[in-house]
Amino acid sequence: MFLINCPFCGEREQSEFKAGGEAHIVRPKQPTELSDDQWAEYLFMRKNIKGIQFERWNHIHGCRKWFNMVRDTSNDEIKAVYKMGEKPPVK
Amino acid sequence: MTKNLRVKSSKLVDETYRISFKFNGTTYYGFKGDTLASALLANNIHLVGRSFKYHRPRGIMTAGSEEPNAIVQLHNGTSRTEPNVRATEIEIYEGLVATSQNCWPSVKFDIGGINNFLSPLLPAGFYYKTFMWPASFWEKYEYFIRKSAGLGKSPDVPDPDIYEHKYIHCDVLVIGAGISGLIAAKTAAKSGFKTLLVEEKSYLGGSTIYQDSEFFKINNQNSASWLEKEINEVKKIENLEIKTRTSVAAFHGYNFLLARENLTDHLPLEQRENKTRQRLLKIRAKKVITATGSIERPLIFDNNDRPGILLSSAIKKYADLFGVACGEKNILFTNNDSVYETAISLIQKGIKVQAIIDNREEIDSKLIKETEKNNIKIYKGYSIVDTFGYKRINSVSIMKLSKDGQKVIGSKENISCDSLGISGGWTPAVHLFTQSGGKLKFRDDDQVFIPNTYPSNQISIGSCNGDFTLDEILINTPKLLKEFLNIKKTEYENIEIYSAFNKSKRNIWLLPSNKIVGKTKSFVDFQNDATAKDIKLALREGFRSIEHVKRYTTTGMGTDQGKLGNMHALGIISETASSKMGELGTTTFRPPYTPLTFGTIVGRNVGKYFDIIRKTPIHEWHIENKAEFENVGQWKRAWYYPQNGENMHEAVQRESKAARDSAGILDASTLGKIDIQGTDASEFLNRVYTNAWSKLEIGKCRYGLMLNEDGMVYDDGVTTRLDENHYIMTTTTGGAATVLGKLEDYLQTEWPELDVYLTSVTDHYATISVCGPNSKKIIQKVIPEIDLSDKDFPHMSFKNSKIGKVKCRVMRISFTGEQSYEINIQANYAKSVWENCIEAGKEFNITPYGTETMHLLRAEKGFIIAGQDTDATMTPIDLQMDWIVSKKKFDFIGKRSLYRSDTIREDRKQLVGLITDNPEEILEEGAQIVADMNKTPIEMLGHVTSSYFSPNLKKSIALGVVKGGKNMMGQKLIIPMEKKQINVTVTDPVFLDKENKRLNA
Ligand SMILES: [Zn+2]
Repeated sequence: MFLINCPFCGEREQSEFKAGGEAHIVRPKQPTELSDDQWAEYLFMRKNIKGIQFERWNHIHGCRKWFNMVRDTSNDEIKAVYKMGEKPPVK
Repeated sequence: MTKNLRVKSSKLVDETYRISFKFNGTTYYGFKGDTLASALLANNIHLVGRSFKYHRPRGIMTAGSEEPNAIVQLHNGTSRTEPNVRATEIEIYEGLVATSQNCWPSVKFDIGGINNFLSPLLPAGFYYKTFMWPASFWEKYEYFIRKSAGLGKSPDVPDPDIYEHKYIHCDVLVIGAGISGLIAAKTAAKSGFKTLLVEEKSYLGGSTIYQDSEFFKINNQNSASWLEKEINEVKKIENLEIKTRTSVAAFHGYNFLLARENLTDHLPLEQRENKTRQRLLKIRAKKVITATGSIERPLIFDNNDRPGILLSSAIKKYADLFGVACGEKNILFTNNDSVYETAISLIQKGIKVQAIIDNREEIDSKLIKETEKNNIKIYKGYSIVDTFGYKRINSVSIMKLSKDGQKVIGSKENISCDSLGISGGWTPAVHLFTQSGGKLKFRDDDQVFIPNTYPSNQISIGSCNGDFTLDEILINTPKLLKEFLNIKKTEYENIEIYSAFNKSKRNIWLLPSNKIVGKTKSFVDFQNDATAKDIKLALREGFRSIEHVKRYTTTGMGTDQGKLGNMHALGIISETASSKMGELGTTTFRPPYTPLTFGTIVGRNVGKYFDIIRKTPIHEWHIENKAEFENVGQWKRAWYYPQNGENMHEAVQRESKAARDSAGILDASTLGKIDIQGTDASEFLNRVYTNAWSKLEIGKCRYGLMLNEDGMVYDDGVTTRLDENHYIMTTTTGGAATVLGKLEDYLQTEWPELDVYLTSVTDHYATISVCGPNSKKIIQKVIPEIDLSDKDFPHMSFKNSKIGKVKCRVMRISFTGEQSYEINIQANYAKSVWENCIEAGKEFNITPYGTETMHLLRAEKGFIIAGQDTDATMTPIDLQMDWIVSKKKFDFIGKRSLYRSDTIREDRKQLVGLITDNPEEILEEGAQIVADMNKTPIEMLGHVTSSYFSPNLKKSIALGVVKGGKNMMGQKLIIPMEKKQINVTVTDPVFLDKENKRLNA
């Protein structure tokens, strides 16, 4: 079980958090102008990376804030956490 | 044949404290400190069970948690019964009752034993191959397999014991209190780290605590005496907590570990009352030091599984620690020096060693010299090729090994014995290390896997790190600790060590035989009866991956996870397939290391503590009025209120009729309520609901549907505009948490620029809904000051008001189709307001109704229930609710998905009404809907989602989803049931009052 450093609360048990899928997928500003394929790209297509992955997490049983995480899925190492809207601190 | 095989005083047992226990119905005696295994061996009992597949007689093989054979059922037939208990671990207590498992009718005469003679018919993969065909026979096969196999019986009454969970945070966790673990714990604690030391056994010191000879010395004392002094010191250290009888079950990432602490399993039953039996420790350690030791390897030769064959180290341990001789004529068989330690211990205690068979030709060490001095015959360069004796070993056949170790040569010689100790060297116990994500490397010198890369802040020390001898441990451990703990010095720098152990070893994974492999039974996995022959067969049949061979042969798949034989399985695969051990990899060791009881896993979360129970503030009234309850999520909701012995159907018919004829009252407090405030609240609602919100006047209510981004309906409810920038949203009871979560997600991540604040107020307000033609009169009596005239307070509007001095909100909204008012009031006043309503409604026969009647009334009106009439595949268009989807709005969540190529298909499943030809016939919810019974395969068009008998319409009504249903109005369809076919007609989903006249009646 991870120890997650919530950017608002500090280090807490993973059981306080909810994973929310891939990060940095921006909702299109004008969905009506997109083709079916373009909309499907936003709606369904997600990466499943072995290695460095950018993820959304929610401190659901804590401050309820959403934030981003950089995690190496091959060994579960959390490289960084950062607030929504911020640029990832690592590549 | 009862003999006393106690030899002389020993380290662990108290010979002044006699304990009686029962094994397979017979009473025996042992001493305090004995395990069940040591007490049985002291009574000359080796045969304790039957093997899983061939039902071969099996004896105690080890003296620890790696035991594959000696697994017993405790207290069979009682509430405290437990299967799969290792006799080598359970400590005896007065009144212990144990029985053998996996044998019927008795361990001595076992019907399944016939499998042993049928074994040519039971090769690897037998179950897969044979029981596959014909498929219709599976039920018969299963009956026999289950009867003759099976490991133990589970209890059939509730567990009387108490279990609990406990969190522990420490700087350093040390797993295992052998010599390395003790050194580590002492060093860490004395360096200022808050340290926890856990040990699965009841005593500290591991195997060194009985390493009591002049051949192993530390600072000129026997290693055992030296360690005893260390233990005395360790026990006095303040910031060091020691937990014995505590076994680490799982080592997860980020140094999170689960351990089981056994508190009462060694006590007589009558002393266990009101005590916690086992505790699940949830340990989060900054640093972990694994010192789990090593497990002796067996040797793989023909018939290596007979009762009386033990690991050599187990024989030594039973003699030294428990004062028990495993036999009176012992033979030891080895490929390394370990058995000579055993031999010397046995000699010291006056136990006869008949002979030693050593694979190695050229050997020389002080241990061997000492053994030879005692006139023990050592057969150098020999191997055992067979053993004899059905229920107990009585002799072995030996032959000379060829130079290359590939075959046996010369003539056979028989030697009689009653016990055989075997040693194939040692395997580091790396199970926990690999569970944590650690990667192993293969050390060719002595053919062992040892830790290579650590995934978290941890190290392995001692023999689980491949340091097997006393000198290696004492030299390497302090070095590793200094680096790991970042300290300058340990107490173990200038220590004098003497170890007579010579590390030479002749490793042969599968010993050669004078027979062909196909004619031998050389067991690799003792619990699952997997032999070397099975593994070779799997390879011949094309299996290459170790994980596949494991499953095909069931090697390592028992309750012991193959702690003894997994290495040999790997070795045999690599030799047969000519691949390198290090490249082959290992199978995955999964938690738990040793089995956990269900009690430990669930802890206190049993019975009424299993889950949270949420009750409305009016709950007590429902109980007083004999309501039956329904679980909706965690909520207890009044389901119906039976009167005078009514069944559910009768009660619901009465309640439904009363609500439409005069007045009904419902506790709707469980509906989710979200308070929404901020200057962008209206814009926010525009984006999350399908319909338009900007123009909703203050004081008005509106129904809304929420979609996921994929266009599918997931929740609905009425939202009221309380003020310019203030709304109160209601959600379904079950959807409240999800809706709040989604709204927060969009606000925080997609639209952070919006000025909107969300607060869950579900528990703060109670909701009382009064409906029916007389509802207005009743509300007027309860709230005299409010103007309820249709003009001033029309349907879908809201007013602030007061009941006495207490503020309340009144909404005129309806989920039943009747004129209906909802009073929202601070939760702690709810019960008295409810009672006021009941009192005021008496003259109108006000009838409390539950969720079942609510569902029936809304079905009459064709109102959906999100989650019952919808699943995650229904769009608003599918629900025939096009009217609620705004065409003008630029965007809302899910909008774009409503015209994807898939969502605009005409033949999607769509919500329709269903009327049965026979008005008395009530459909089953979930029943399939078809059009043509003659088509093969029959095409399923959809299913029934809601179905009731309507007392107001006096006929059966149902809602269902049907492919292309919108265009099937009036069409006949069929509901095929097990014994009949029900004919139905597709209709509009609104059955009652299409014109909404009743809302203003
Ligand atoms: Zn937080």
